[in-house]
Amino acid sequence: MNRRIKETVIKHAFFLFALVSVIVLGLIVLSLFREGLPVFKQVSLKDFVFGMEWYPTYDPPSFGIFPLIFGSFIVTLLATVIAVPLGVLAAIYISDITPRPAVRESLKSVIELLAGLPSVVLGFFGMVIVAPWLQETFDLPTGLNIINASVILAIMAIPTISSISEDALYSVPQEFKEASYALGATKFETITKVILPAALSGISTAVMLGMARSIGETMVVLMVAGGAAAIPESIFDSVRPMPASIAAEMGETPYGSSHYHALFAIGVVLFFLTLSFNLIADYVSHKFRQTGSATL
Amino acid sequence: MVVMGGKEIIQLDDVNFYYGECRALSNISMKFVKNKVTALIGPSGCGKSTLLRVLNRMNDLIDGTKVEGKIFFEGKNIYAPDVDPVEIRRKIGMVFQKPNPFPKTIYNNISYGPKLAGLGVEDMDTLVEQSLRQAVLWDEVKNILNKSAMNLSGGQQQRLCIARALAMKPDVLLMDEPTSALDPISTAKIEELIEALKKDYTIIIVTHNMQQAARISDETAFFYMGNLIEYNKTEKIFTNPDMKQTEDYITGRFG
Amino acid sequence: MKWRYFKQSVFFSLVRASALIITLALGGIIFYIFYNGYSVISWDFITKPPTDSMTKGGIMPAIIGTIYLTLGAIAIGLPLGIASAVYLTEYARQGKVVRAIKIGINCLAGVPSVVFGLFGLGFFVIFLKFGSSILAGSLTLGFLILPTIIGASEEALKSVPQTFREASLSLGVSKWQTTYRIVLPNALPGILTGSILGIGRAAGETAPIMFTAAAFFTSKLPGSVFDEVMALPYHVYVLSTAGTNIEATRPIQFGTVLVLVAVVLGIDLIAIIIRGYMRRNKRW
Repeated sequence: MNRRIKETVIKHAFFLFALVSVIVLGLIVLSLFREGLPVFKQVSLKDFVFGMEWYPTYDPPSFGIFPLIFGSFIVTLLATVIAVPLGVLAAIYISDITPRPAVRESLKSVIELLAGLPSVVLGFFGMVIVAPWLQETFDLPTGLNIINASVILAIMAIPTISSISEDALYSVPQEFKEASYALGATKFETITKVILPAALSGISTAVMLGMARSIGETMVVLMVAGGAAAIPESIFDSVRPMPASIAAEMGETPYGSSHYHALFAIGVVLFFLTLSFNLIADYVSHKFRQTGSATL
Repeated sequence: MVVMGGKEIIQLDDVNFYYGECRALSNISMKFVKNKVTALIGPSGCGKSTLLRVLNRMNDLIDGTKVEGKIFFEGKNIYAPDVDPVEIRRKIGMVFQKPNPFPKTIYNNISYGPKLAGLGVEDMDTLVEQSLRQAVLWDEVKNILNKSAMNLSGGQQQRLCIARALAMKPDVLLMDEPTSALDPISTAKIEELIEALKKDYTIIIVTHNMQQAARISDETAFFYMGNLIEYNKTEKIFTNPDMKQTEDYITGRFG
Repeated sequence: MKWRYFKQSVFFSLVRASALIITLALGGIIFYIFYNGYSVISWDFITKPPTDSMTKGGIMPAIIGTIYLTLGAIAIGLPLGIASAVYLTEYARQGKVVRAIKIGINCLAGVPSVVFGLFGLGFFVIFLKFGSSILAGSLTLGFLILPTIIGASEEALKSVPQTFREASLSLGVSKWQTTYRIVLPNALPGILTGSILGIGRAAGETAPIMFTAAAFFTSKLPGSVFDEVMALPYHVYVLSTAGTNIEATRPIQFGTVLVLVAVVLGIDLIAIIIRGYMRRNKRW
């Protein structure tokens, strides 16, 4: 009987450990709100989200984060436009085109190592290499701008998009492909008409997660987006995405000031933005999961 | 209820078993006799393996299963709320369809159970040797006891699994198609072994192989669609079964 | 050539070009960093602290700081992650609770690193009064890599054959002993290699430690877990954006980046090689 009690205790202890992730998630939300909500004594939610002027250190300060939200979206969208074709095509290469396992494994390792590159290293690369090149080639006032940040963010998003797409392509049942070949379709036709549609939900999930990663990425946009808190007029203008603003300003902000609370409030916005991207991705991958040939 | 001669060791009383909504065993009542070999036969999905796993509560491990009725082992209901399934499994050993030795040495495969069960074995070397001898494997492995069990052949691995179960000194040995993954020579060895083991153990064996059931068992139970159709002396079942379905099955007309 | 085969060959070229671009991007970045950084690397660079307002000298305190923070993150993330995965794969019955926990883990995995930094600042540094310290940074990084470790551990635990569990349980060995003696030892190599990728991430992250642990400059080594430390990723950021003379310290910046990349990719590469070796030598 003693042993049964011990087993029950162990089981419940493990349950508590498994709850830690959920508890931490709760603490994150709690901390963000605790430190972020006080800013709304100074500014209304509407003026905060849609305000066009971010002058947190002026007197009186102005806490409008719309230019920051816009900056985040523009670099994320552009990065996605660059990363999706590259990532999905690389996934197709790995899952359906390369005949040699050695090539396949090497490319998978390359993508994994790319995912492992610290973001500060990519930011440094963008700052020291890409920026001067852009500045000279296009005769710009600065190379730290939207296009630079987007290219570097795309490099960060490619591994996410590629590896999840590859899983989706790989799990398309072999009989679909064989059926298509048996009808005389070429490999290209089979890939575009059969495999890609069957893997579409997985690829959409991959794109969503890639975007979530880009929108939350900090060091790259901090170092190469230029830092101008204004609505840009071209892709060669500088922007100040939300994470960059938090990271750049938190160090110089006195604890408990309204600027400090405003930065946490940006964190709340950022948290819920990425959360919604992740939940949509989770929903898409469960709702439209391809479980086998019988479900089509 | 079918009554057999001899002292009973396990008795099932109106047992039903469900996987979720699906009923896999219906109203099974039967007795297993001590120191006999009982064969459970029937077509795939008839419930014979399920029955075997109900007897040592291995089905507890599958989510969404439910047992109704009573199963008495040496007079005690093993599904009573105060019974520890771990205790039951020590007395009712099991050998699986595919040999499944642990990725440990041969010696540690045998000593694993007794050590962790805290049986207080004083002389582990003797227990290991005894168990391997009982499983007729000793002569083949006595010089490689510290080598990995994964290097043995399939037939040797299965005899090792039998030795591993015997080291716990169980009263009953459940065997789930123990020879289906083996070659004919290994199969013959295991059948001889079963014959020799029955003087000390009660053996309940699930088999797909009619000849095997006829060769090694004393009693045979025929299952179909989760029902116990016929249960009798093996000789009687294979020569003059009472039920038409049994006859059809053993003569190969279906299944 | 027929039109449909022409389309196919164009498509295949695009696919191959993508694979090539990605490979070249990685190769180019690594080559460029190595090319510019290797001449700075010396024994003194790795073992000496910075001097002259960080315009000369080495990066030893940053290396030590990164080691401490990474070890701290492992000490927090690994046990919690393995225990969570054991619950999810060995003990939990499928249902709403498990689904909720899994969604929670997925959401945690998606939290941006800068938000982890804010959480660490708001909760560990200020609310729990740990101050900017190794402890606060390690906790923040440990929770950051928790989802990665849970995922890797779940996969490794699931790959242990069910027959091992059955064999052990059928001998009358309890569930916990089966988990501890059979399942965990067989899953451990997989858990560790999978987790190493998360550990590499902990070593390279900047945003989570900016407000929780990282010091702009300290010449002395930390004396307790409540001290601030320098860290390689933050040092790169500081030197390249806020140093006293950004252009003049370029070589030191490249050297620091090279050390950081070598540490992080070295960790990842070891994991990838061990994993490949394990797959080829799998016994079951």
